[in-house]
Amino acid sequence: MLSRQEIQHIAGLARISLHEKEIEKYQKDLSGVLDYFAELQELDTEKVEPIGHITGMQNVFRSDLFSDFGSIGKDDILKNAPETKDGYVKVKSVL
Amino acid sequence: MIRELHNKLVNKEITSVQLTRDYFDAIKKKDGEIGAYLTLTEELAMRQAQLIDERIANGEDIDLLAGIPCAVKDNMCVDGTRTTAASKMLDNYIAPYDATVIKKLKEVGAVILGKTNLDEFAMGSSTENSAYQVTKNPNDTERIAGGSSGGSAAAVAASEAVWSLGSDTGGSIRQPASFCGVVGLKPTYGRVSRYGLLAMASSLDQIGPFAKTVEDCAIILSRISGQDRMDATSAQSADKRYEDYLTGDIKGRKIGIPKEYVENLEGHIRDVFEKSVEKFKSLGAEIKEISLPHSSYALATYYMIMASEVSSNLARFDGIKYGLRINDEAKTEFAKENAVDRNLLETYMDTREYGFGEEVKRRIMLGTYALSSGYYDAYYLKAQKVRALIKKDFEDAFKQVDFIYSPTAPETAFKAGEKTENPLKMYLSDIYTVTANLAGVPAISFPIGNLEEEGKSLPVGGQLMGKWFDEEGLLDAAHTFETN
Repeated sequence: MLSRQEIQHIAGLARISLHEKEIEKYQKDLSGVLDYFAELQELDTEKVEPIGHITGMQNVFRSDLFSDFGSIGKDDILKNAPETKDGYVKVKSVL
Repeated sequence: MIRELHNKLVNKEITSVQLTRDYFDAIKKKDGEIGAYLTLTEELAMRQAQLIDERIANGEDIDLLAGIPCAVKDNMCVDGTRTTAASKMLDNYIAPYDATVIKKLKEVGAVILGKTNLDEFAMGSSTENSAYQVTKNPNDTERIAGGSSGGSAAAVAASEAVWSLGSDTGGSIRQPASFCGVVGLKPTYGRVSRYGLLAMASSLDQIGPFAKTVEDCAIILSRISGQDRMDATSAQSADKRYEDYLTGDIKGRKIGIPKEYVENLEGHIRDVFEKSVEKFKSLGAEIKEISLPHSSYALATYYMIMASEVSSNLARFDGIKYGLRINDEAKTEFAKENAVDRNLLETYMDTREYGFGEEVKRRIMLGTYALSSGYYDAYYLKAQKVRALIKKDFEDAFKQVDFIYSPTAPETAFKAGEKTENPLKMYLSDIYTVTANLAGVPAISFPIGNLEEEGKSLPVGGQLMGKWFDEEGLLDAAHTFETN
């Protein structure tokens, strides 16, 4: 079973705040799914190439060009941002 | 059904405006009980319907889908329309562009009635994970419609839309189609562009149609498929009109039945399934028992790959660029009282805590663990290797047979609340459907019979899987079954 510390570590990586009682629930739920997954370990996959793209497509290229949404498009995009300033998305100071 | 309506439009027996109004009337009458729709797009629909009526009046040729009312799962972007993915995270999100499938539909003149309910971010098998409502099964409203595209399936089954679009990551089109008694198609991975579909698990996701008939699904697929420079994983266009390949003749075609799928089948589903196998035989198909040896590993493999990709794809919901932000409103009081400044990291953490529902968080947590330092090889990479073995099973099987046939789900529609306490039990509902996504093959669910349960007649679905990019063969086989 995953420890409380492990659950807290994962929640930190996933950027999700957890309440005390949720930690226990995740310990149980995640361990259940991981146990279920453990049966895959019995398969020998040492020489198996992992799937990249399922129908085998490779190296799809395109020109490195931007497409202009125009000023109306920009407004529509910015309308969805919780906070904007002078036509930019505003982010809290990091430092 | 689409072809009949099209002929009526072209022969001026009905107008698109009237047809569209009729469907909105049906929605207003029934949807309070069914709960298929999250948002109606009446203005957009009426404008499109008028335009098509004008074109018909001017004697212009119109497409088969022109003027025909449809519904779209609420995880696809429709320009200027609320697009929530049934999550509180996107409660106020107005899509600033059209998904490629929507762009194509608008170009041919399809009438979009509204956006349908789903499990939050398409994660679930019953729509009970929607942040807004549970979609009821039109065959018995005590039961769920299936999921995650439950709203799209129920809308078609309840005649609240002629057809609809869904998305399928592990069975999210086929299982609700089976539960609601309609036809649902998951095309080959890459056949339909995913641009503008809110990504869940990018190596598995595929958009596809729901309709009352297989022919309708063929007509829709012809119009939404094709290569798209906005989706690098989209496959080369086939330029096919799939509806032209429906011969109604499957004499000599080989249908394989995987013994691993049917050995534990429950009695009543088994009876309906076996009758359908007899019917395929009587239509001249050759039935063969086959083996897909790695079937028992499919569900675990699926959940590991899906959760890993979910954790990566949903990292974008951070409370900064779009969607919900929790900090300065709900938590500021707390912050002020305690004289703390909510910093950037706390904004992320609080937004994601409040914005995501339980199942979404569970999958993000699982995926984050699987991809975290030191575990990648043991989990995600292992799963992608087992996935290669599962794909090999299909390659071997398709050397012997043209199609693989099974029930779509091991059960009929279950009751609301029956499985919500046990995530693993809920996951088992997808046991026959996840392999098509893992292998990337096309698969279709279509009604094969009904079962009486507690005085209600509940539909059972059959699932045919086909070779990669053989949608025409697959549709033809299902069409032949349906029309005989």
